Amino acid sequence: MKDFNYHSAKDSKEASKLASSSSAFLAGGMTTIPSMKLGLATYKDLIDIKNIKKLSGIKVSGKSVTIGAATKHVEVSNSKDVKKAIPSLSSLAEGIGDPQVRNRGTIGGSIANNDPSADYPSACIALNATIHTNERKIESAKFFKGMFETALKKGELIEAIEFQIPEKSSYQKHPNPASRYAIVGVYVAKHKGDVNVAVTGAKSCVYNDKEMSKALSGNFSSSSIDGMDLDSSEMNTDMHASAEFRASLVVTQAKKAVDAC
Amino acid sequence: MASLVGSRVERKEDKRFLTGKGRYTADINLANQTYAIFVRSPHARASIKKINIDKASKSSGVVSILTGKEIADDKIGGLIAGWAIRSEDGTEMKCPGNPPLAKDNVNFVGDPVAVVIAESLAEAKEAAEKVEVDYKVLKAVTSTADAMNGDTIHEGIDKNLCFDWLLGDRQKVKEAFDKADKVISIDIVNNRLIPNAMEPRACVADYNAASEEITLYTTSQNPHLSRLIMSAFGNVAPEHKLRVVAPDVGGGFGSKINVYNEDIVCSWAAKKINRAIKWVAERSESFLTDIHGRDHVTHAELAVTKDGKFLGFKNETIANLGAYARVFGTVTPTYLFGPCATGVYEIPAAYTNVKAVYTNTAPVDAYRGAGRPEATYTIERLVEKASMELGIDKTELRIKNFPTVFPFKQTLVHTVDSGDYVAGMEKAKQMADYKGFEARRKESEAKGKLRGIGVTSYFEACGIAPSAAVMSLGCGVGLWESAEVRFNPTGQVTVYTGSHSHGQSHQTTFAQIAADELGVPIENIDIVHGDTDKGTFGMGTYGSRSLAVGGIAIVNACKKIVEKGKRVTAKMLEANPEDVEFKDGEFIVSKSNKKKTIGEVAFACYLPGVRDEMKSPLPEGDEPGLKETSFYDPSNFSFPAGTHIAEVEIDPETGHVKLQKYTACDDFGRIINPMVVEGQVHGGLAQGIGQALYENAEYDETGQLMTGSYMDYTMPRADNFPEFNIGYTCTHATTNPLGVKGCGEAGAIAAPPTVMNAVIDALGGQEVTMPATAEKVWKACKNLKKSNAKAA
Ligand SMILES: Cc1cc2nc3c(=O)[nH]c(=O)nc-3n(C[C@H](O)[C@H](O)[C@H](O)COP(=O)(O)OP(=O)(O)OC[C@H]3O[C@@H](n4cnc5c(N)ncnc54)[C@H](O)[C@@H]3O)c2cc1C
Repeated sequence: MKDFNYHSAKDSKEASKLASSSSAFLAGGMTTIPSMKLGLATYKDLIDIKNIKKLSGIKVSGKSVTIGAATKHVEVSNSKDVKKAIPSLSSLAEGIGDPQVRNRGTIGGSIANNDPSADYPSACIALNATIHTNERKIESAKFFKGMFETALKKGELIEAIEFQIPEKSSYQKHPNPASRYAIVGVYVAKHKGDVNVAVTGAKSCVYNDKEMSKALSGNFSSSSIDGMDLDSSEMNTDMHASAEFRASLVVTQAKKAVDAC
Repeated sequence: MASLVGSRVERKEDKRFLTGKGRYTADINLANQTYAIFVRSPHARASIKKINIDKASKSSGVVSILTGKEIADDKIGGLIAGWAIRSEDGTEMKCPGNPPLAKDNVNFVGDPVAVVIAESLAEAKEAAEKVEVDYKVLKAVTSTADAMNGDTIHEGIDKNLCFDWLLGDRQKVKEAFDKADKVISIDIVNNRLIPNAMEPRACVADYNAASEEITLYTTSQNPHLSRLIMSAFGNVAPEHKLRVVAPDVGGGFGSKINVYNEDIVCSWAAKKINRAIKWVAERSESFLTDIHGRDHVTHAELAVTKDGKFLGFKNETIANLGAYARVFGTVTPTYLFGPCATGVYEIPAAYTNVKAVYTNTAPVDAYRGAGRPEATYTIERLVEKASMELGIDKTELRIKNFPTVFPFKQTLVHTVDSGDYVAGMEKAKQMADYKGFEARRKESEAKGKLRGIGVTSYFEACGIAPSAAVMSLGCGVGLWESAEVRFNPTGQVTVYTGSHSHGQSHQTTFAQIAADELGVPIENIDIVHGDTDKGTFGMGTYGSRSLAVGGIAIVNACKKIVEKGKRVTAKMLEANPEDVEFKDGEFIVSKSNKKKTIGEVAFACYLPGVRDEMKSPLPEGDEPGLKETSFYDPSNFSFPAGTHIAEVEIDPETGHVKLQKYTACDDFGRIINPMVVEGQVHGGLAQGIGQALYENAEYDETGQLMTGSYMDYTMPRADNFPEFNIGYTCTHATTNPLGVKGCGEAGAIAAPPTVMNAVIDALGGQEVTMPATAEKVWKACKNLKKSNAKAA
């Protein structure tokens, strides 16, 4: 690993002031540190944001659950409040990676990184989340731009993620057997008006499957999407799963999620 | 005194390991040490046009940069294959040179071309990035099945063929097949695996200019053998000037048998720069450069009568050696494979033909089971298929062809001294509730799931091995083992063994054996291994040989101690040596109440005289001291056997295979410590099930390793397994005094076919290759649905 400067920011302002084109925020470090070790990324400055108190913690109101960006996966999975308000969100957190990763990785880091097979982005889409940054509020639908790409500007810091509490929801993932990231993960959430079917792992970026959302908004039963033949042309193919298999898994996991709601 | 052999003695090594006090090679730091980083080929096949180290040499902290040229100039030898195999036509196998640093050609991604030695690790890395190697990239050969049609990798080795070996009689097999009612045939792939020891390889080399001695600390399963090879073939230093220490080693599974490039280079370079050098592999280097395992492509046939008697067996295999033939590289797909390919069955005629090929991939060598997993997979998949095609119950068909009389002269090589295969099968069936399976299948079906059951009966030849036998088959060394038992004057015992423990619990089990033999409390016995300066010699640990060979050497050395003790006691107590008996640590003059404890006798041996109360003159012809050595050469291999039964449930919508039940009923002969054996069985099963369902090393057509990290190489985890149901039958080996067999590899040998037979059973007989990943199984489920629909 190449040498770098370590900074510990005391508040959001300082963190974003320190940021430059050759810096990264250091949250859990679960992505940043391995990529630096492998020489895939080099930074001049790492700006530790874990000591910014405001960034950690979980707040639940009647309508939403707000999670600080530097909150660790283990804290979300263990939170009684989250379990009560949105049980599927706590079980999603419980299914990320392994205990070591959950003990350090953060929700903000996961979302900022926007790995095409990460779990949290699907929760954001399914639960109509609002991303609060030090500068503005961003709707999830506008936040996830593409593979490892988000609406964040240089130096912009995610402070919290506010999830809308649905009537019912479930997240079902078919994990990559090696990494346990999602080969396909489907987050189904039934809100008052409509149903979201957020899919991760299948394409280059998380998305809301309109066809299934529509079918389920009409009739919230797995039978309404059974046998659906999804277009696989934009789906990922790698050594773990072909596009065709992924297309089938999207429907299967969505059905499982509906049944589990 | 109660016997310790057979009891669940807690592991002596646990305290050290569980409190973080193990001392591994990477924990060793020497004064003034430097750090090595190897510059490795990014190409699978290329010739080296030029290496420019100018920029790198100027990088900060660089002490030395050495390449293949310097190593050739110093006449340092290359890595070698330990067994000479002859082809069917009588010609010798063809092995390319394998210099520790490639000079002219590189042959796999990771092949080292230079070493950068610097004051710190960071500086070594930085400088290594500045070494400029100009390669001419050549077309790589990566496929096992097509290797013989690829470009010639090594000059003069036609068709990339190391040897074309035959074991058995083609003519007899042809006659048997002519008489058959039915021929069952199968095409299988034994997938390539990466051993993934928890501790990556490492070495620290030191040179003492005063004594002109090199000391190499390294992650080895066999330090003496490493020293021998480095000295005799590597020309690094004469044996008496080379000390090899393998301290705590965190798992080997065969991957640490070999002497590796880094061992030789660091030892040689440490002398050159007159400073200690440390190298620790990164995990990515382990993936690329540790030896890999398996990688066979096989076509096999079984000739049967319509009522299920086996008549003949053919096995045509292509085995991938990788880029170079290493220590056990050539014997693994031949003598460790061929003789076991007929399994636990009486098959009157059989042959195994193996074409061993070179490819531009990491060297393939012995990995847990080495040859026997491949053999067992072949025959057990074939037998399972025969049971489906003949419509005979899979357990009945096996029993029908089991030998019932022992010693059993197996078709190709071995004479199996002992066993009771029928008893093993019956017990396994009971443990697994084989009878209740159909009901469980129906329950699964009611949930929309497919359930399958798979059986494997295996035997394996381990405890390697009688020196005369293996040397006649081409082995470059004898495979005996040595032990030295030293009594201290005050009664504690130090046992030096040539076996090496890297997870096998020798500190405990060997101490149990010595405690029983000598009647000394186990706390007073220390087992010492892993240092060529301590103990006599050793061939090391692999092939489940530690107990059946190394353990017996300890027994024999202890027996010599007891013999001397009897003579000394007789002299002390003025009796006839023939009248002295030894029991539970006491020498007793029969028909008298006169006795001496072994502690008193040991003390006497160090104080051989008469003074006041002390009367301990030694008998004539005996020297003072109490220390005995044994070199034990076994009279036969040992032959563990057993039956394993697996049950899987498949979700046809996702292709997910859930291993529901796993039953292992093994015959390991006498068991020294049941807890340790369970650990060995569990570990072996995890690796065997890993091969069947998860693990796979994959190269692309250019020779890049696609599964070079845990993000893509699926190491099984605890939650992939059910609680294992483990049981034993026991027939004592008749060829060694303890009656022991070997248990280290059984799980890895039996589990792959057991699990795959279950998967394929659930899929209505459709073949899938290992590992049975979700997508492959999902596709098979779709086919099954289609063919069921057609049938209906
Ligand atoms: C072995 C392993 C297995 C994993 N398995 C899974 C899995 O199954 N599912 C899954 O979803 N994930 C998985 N992950 C990812 C993990 O969950 C982390 O969420 C992820 O690595 C990023 O979080 P982090 O806190 O570690 O971020 P860091 O590595 O510290 O940062 C990552 C990036 O995000 C930026 N960043 C961090 N915080 C903020 C912020 N508040 N505002 C703006 N930018 C920010 C950083 O600048 C950096 O570019 C796995 C990781 C590993 C190592």
